Amino acid sequence: MTRKNARTEVSRRKFLAGVAMTGAATAVSVSGEVQAAAVKAGRPATTRPSTAAAQAELATRSVQAAPGTLPGRPGSDFMVDVLKSLELDFVFSNPASSCRGIHESIVTYGGNKRPEFITCLHEESAVAMTHGYYKVAGKPAAALCHGTVGLQHAAMAVYNAWCDRAASIVMVGNRMDAATRQPGVPTIHAVQDPGSLIRDFTKWDDNPQSLQHFAESMVRAYKITMTPPLEPVLMVLEEKLQEDAIDSGGRPLVIPKLSRVAPPAGDPNAVREAARLLATADNPVIVVDRVGRTPAGVKHLVELAEALNAPVVDQLGRMNMPNDHYLYQLGGGRVIEQADVILGLELTDFWGTVNNSDDSVEMTQVYRPKAGARLISIGMGDLYIRANYQDFERYQPVDIAIGADAETTLPVLTEYIKQAIPADRRAKIAERGDKARKGQVQARQSMLTQAAANAWDASPISAARLSAEIWQQIKHENWALVSRDSSLSNWPHRLWTFNQHHQFIGGPGGAGIGYGLPAAVGAAFAHREADRRLCVNLQNDGDSMYAPGALWTAAHHKVPMLTVMWNNRAYHQEIMHLQRMANWRQRGIENPHIGTTIWDPYINYAKLAEALGHVGIGPITDPKDLAVAIKRGVDAVKMGEPVLIDVVTQPR
Amino acid sequence: MRKTFLFLAGSTLSVAVFAVSSTVASQTAAPAGDAAKGKASYERTGCWQCHGGQGQGGREGPRIASPVPMAWPALSRFVRTTKGDMPPYTEKVLSNQELADVYAYLRSIPPAPDFRTLPLLNGMMTPAAQR
Repeated sequence: MTRKNARTEVSRRKFLAGVAMTGAATAVSVSGEVQAAAVKAGRPATTRPSTAAAQAELATRSVQAAPGTLPGRPGSDFMVDVLKSLELDFVFSNPASSCRGIHESIVTYGGNKRPEFITCLHEESAVAMTHGYYKVAGKPAAALCHGTVGLQHAAMAVYNAWCDRAASIVMVGNRMDAATRQPGVPTIHAVQDPGSLIRDFTKWDDNPQSLQHFAESMVRAYKITMTPPLEPVLMVLEEKLQEDAIDSGGRPLVIPKLSRVAPPAGDPNAVREAARLLATADNPVIVVDRVGRTPAGVKHLVELAEALNAPVVDQLGRMNMPNDHYLYQLGGGRVIEQADVILGLELTDFWGTVNNSDDSVEMTQVYRPKAGARLISIGMGDLYIRANYQDFERYQPVDIAIGADAETTLPVLTEYIKQAIPADRRAKIAERGDKARKGQVQARQSMLTQAAANAWDASPISAARLSAEIWQQIKHENWALVSRDSSLSNWPHRLWTFNQHHQFIGGPGGAGIGYGLPAAVGAAFAHREADRRLCVNLQNDGDSMYAPGALWTAAHHKVPMLTVMWNNRAYHQEIMHLQRMANWRQRGIENPHIGTTIWDPYINYAKLAEALGHVGIGPITDPKDLAVAIKRGVDAVKMGEPVLIDVVTQPR
Repeated sequence: MRKTFLFLAGSTLSVAVFAVSSTVASQTAAPAGDAAKGKASYERTGCWQCHGGQGQGGREGPRIASPVPMAWPALSRFVRTTKGDMPPYTEKVLSNQELADVYAYLRSIPPAPDFRTLPLLNGMMTPAAQR
């Protein structure tokens, strides 16, 4: 063993094993005993652990030779200093032995404040919480997990954050030195290259080999994750660095200053040409997905749209534009077909925006724009791309492709447009605005007349009814939706007024199920810190069961949130897929519920929530009971309680 | 797990298809149908999964009741021959009589109340920004 003799030796599971086990182990010598036992058993270090070895791993085989004699502060204290310098508020984590050093430093040396250790019941939830947190706070949080099994659990959430352009700093513990690594499970849980597991969908990772290296890389990680395109990053925290005493070879450790990167704006010549096309278009259309990276993005988009009086089709990747604005379009209707210039801003899928592709046997594909329509893209998608995972979508040719951060580019584009509008066009542009205002009122009347009131008293409860009932209770509050609303057929976006950036955070990005609940909790953490906003989580039932433990995290950490379970008792989208298969194959339509529904027994989400520390209400099946239930829930949330209302609903 | 996202535009297109189909349909009367049996078939064959329990429509399927947006000839032809996101329902899956029953069920669904009579919806007519 090459460890210093005075190194503090603590079993990986000491805290779990408890006092009785410690008492039985105190006579055991330090590491020599472990080594001798392994030799006696003839067990190669690389084999899977036997039952005896696993049992030993849970016990306290090695103890502190001399407690408190570590020659100086542990390295993980310095790591906490670095995290504090970055003003990280939270470390979302499921505890892991490979992170025990920094865990102890966070909660003791760091006072468990900035960052605070947030107890998560699954690593995927931990990362999803950083995802939701970022989209409200506008800055990253950290997730901390085991370097192998923990990171494998977390991988899906990392992919969601990747696809959704969300900042997140994932930290994993690992011990690479086999000579100082315990055999059995600790060795199974060690890995040469932790980053390889998620390198396809992280922007950067590093495995620092000294504390100075850690300081520089962690500051770099923060800088990189916050530079558009925002993406998750991975930092490996070597166990030896965490647990050994700080030893910088006599040189002082330095925490570098965080240098923030100004996002790139578009090339002036390209932006000017785009402005010329838009300024002289008869029917320009703007399509947006993630323009609202910050509140400034919303402001800049409104200014751009109003300069042209062009409709803005919102794909709901973020809160991009107030939905009560006269130029706002949800879904887009036929404006794409009518446009002569289409400006796509930070689109995930430009091809899917301008092509219809149905899910039929023939897979009919139709290019939607009229002949001669010009396409312009502004976004970071062209500047940063990976090969393996296909989140870059199909290739869409455009006339002007501007590789730049759209939010940063919009003010310049708007100014160029104002300069480029011919004098004889100004009246026509003003007419477009008048027409849009009238169209907005007409569309709203049509929506209310033809759709909202349908199935008003239905049981299971309709999406429109549930959305209207919730809105009635929150519209005078300082509220925020911390989920998407697509399962409710976007009725909240049709009935509620979203005019603040923090009121909507988009969806998971990668469409990986299990994002919804923990991301909502993460967002609610940020809202609690910001202004104690009333958080509403419209929660899909299937999604919730991937990681229901997130409810416990909210309760444990006193994060109030109103979760309304959209309980259609199924993976509804999969039902429709099965129906399509059954119809294509003409073998009967009776079986698509098998494997897609959550029946027999029905899950009682209110009771589940109560067991996890929430106020549980429901199940509500009669829409006439909604008002009382929601009011009770809102009142409890305003008193600081997390609440779940189980509402049995229509499929969509 | 495969997840497909069908945007509202898709639903809008489906509505348009319905509308176009209805304009070319003859006004041939529907065969007699049993609304109660139609409701059972509507649920058994999964129509409600996309169109809602009362045909109110949703993200994946347009409104098809209150009122039924097309006459019988157009509806029956559409159901049998559609090539879009909605798969065709052949007689093997849904007999002519069952389809007539479904049509009767959809027609039996009462009209939605005037939104102005519903306190939660009344007042939503004018967008907040224009109030």
